[in-house]
Amino acid sequence: MKNKTVIPIGPFHPLQEEPEFFELVVEGEKVVDINVHLGYNHRGIEKIAESKTFDQMVFLVERICGICSTSHPIANCNAVEEIAGIEIPERAKYIRSIIGEMERLHSHLLWLGLAGHFIGYNTLWMWAWKYREPILELFEAVTGNRNHYAMMKPGGVLRDIKEEDIAPLLKGLNEVEKKIGMLTKAALDDPVLAARLKGVGVLSKEDAIAYCAVGPTARASGVDIDVRRDEPYAAYGLVDWQVITQEGGDVLAKTVVRLLECFESIKIIGQCLERLRKVRGEIAVKVKEIPPGEGIGHHEAPRGETFHYVRSDGSNTPVRLKVRAPTYVNLPTCKVTVPGESVADATLILASIDPCYCCTERIITINNKTGQRELRGEDLLRLCRKKTERIRRKLEK
Amino acid sequence: MEDVIKELKEKFKGKILGWEEKSPKRYYVTISRDDLLEIVEFIFNKQKARFIIESGIDTPHGIEMLYHFSFDKLNKIITFKILLPKNKYEVESISILIPGASWIEREITELLGVEFLHHPDPGRLLLADDWPSGDYPLRQKVKSKK
Repeated sequence: MKNKTVIPIGPFHPLQEEPEFFELVVEGEKVVDINVHLGYNHRGIEKIAESKTFDQMVFLVERICGICSTSHPIANCNAVEEIAGIEIPERAKYIRSIIGEMERLHSHLLWLGLAGHFIGYNTLWMWAWKYREPILELFEAVTGNRNHYAMMKPGGVLRDIKEEDIAPLLKGLNEVEKKIGMLTKAALDDPVLAARLKGVGVLSKEDAIAYCAVGPTARASGVDIDVRRDEPYAAYGLVDWQVITQEGGDVLAKTVVRLLECFESIKIIGQCLERLRKVRGEIAVKVKEIPPGEGIGHHEAPRGETFHYVRSDGSNTPVRLKVRAPTYVNLPTCKVTVPGESVADATLILASIDPCYCCTERIITINNKTGQRELRGEDLLRLCRKKTERIRRKLEK
Repeated sequence: MEDVIKELKEKFKGKILGWEEKSPKRYYVTISRDDLLEIVEFIFNKQKARFIIESGIDTPHGIEMLYHFSFDKLNKIITFKILLPKNKYEVESISILIPGASWIEREITELLGVEFLHHPDPGRLLLADDWPSGDYPLRQKVKSKK
């Protein structure tokens, strides 16, 4: 370990909701290895599910994540409906897709803001979060909640989207689309931003496949997968939209994928809302009992495929629930994307997979030669921003 | 494109102990643990299936291991099942072939007590460092509160 320094990042960060602990091994400025320690927030949800009824389980899995809080319920309902052989009403399909896509919009904007904040583009941060706010307000108008919408249940949805809500939703989305358009142009046309993000933390296509990455992390590396298209559920097979992929694999490619996906989401929601005006009828079918069997449900969450496996023995509680959240397979890619990069980029690369990320709060640098010195979260952010500043100055010359 | 399924069926004819098609997009295939690596190698490296995740279920007959693979372009998920008998909860690690399986195998060791042989990076993942050894929270005898 001669001249090698270990930088622990974490384990707790109040900024985002999931504590994790990273250990960076560095030689000078360069990161040579990274280790991740999990489990600081392990709540045993799979075990708790074994004591809940199938209806209660949906509420339980909604609590797995606060940002993609409708992704787990959709995946879970898909799995339970597969066991029972239920086809949900058409109206419910559109409502599920609308909620799912509105969630993607607010989640991607949240990420964009944080990424901007990390590299010292606080204007981008303020803009992104400002334009995310109207989406949360639309959520509140439609579901009653800004988050944890409680819209899903096996057999359909719990609440209808009323006729009088459709016009304000369309108007709101139209506004949001303009703002995201402006934001996209501002972000992608900025030479400093491009220089700062391009070629940083490249995840090759081969590595993305070997580490089984999903969602924008995989799509930015040219892996063309998207559950919404590959196994159409809800209304995704009934409307017109595109899967966005990029070849770069770097932070810039991941940014582009997320930004362009926002427009596809708006396209999906718009079409679904128009259909809701014509498609009448029930929003849920009655589910009497869940027969013995097993079912798989997955949903393309903002961060990638959320996978649920449910087994039933015919009673009113599941025998087993297995949940695989997208970050579980996206985060290990840091093993290949971070080493070789500078400490100033590590924060950014770790953030680029849009993990339920945390942990630049408590940082200690232990230097084998000089003993111990302490770095704080602000220092890491300072390093990250200093590099942006350096690039900006160089470009200005 | 049905070839993938056909090829799998033909190539491992004697090694497939059970074949269930619950729907045109869900296949459940029971295999023996001795053939696991060979089949995973074939399906992941050659057939280019995507590894979704693996998991285990504690059943009255032993621990049932499930390996979920997806053929995204074909809209099919194949789940391989292996029953580990009560006296021997161990199976070869597939992390050598699939780096993405490393974490979940460590997790299953902690939560269900299945040993993964030749795992390249064993060790704790989720539970606390002072968690009592031999106490596996996902086993059936551990009951969660109603």
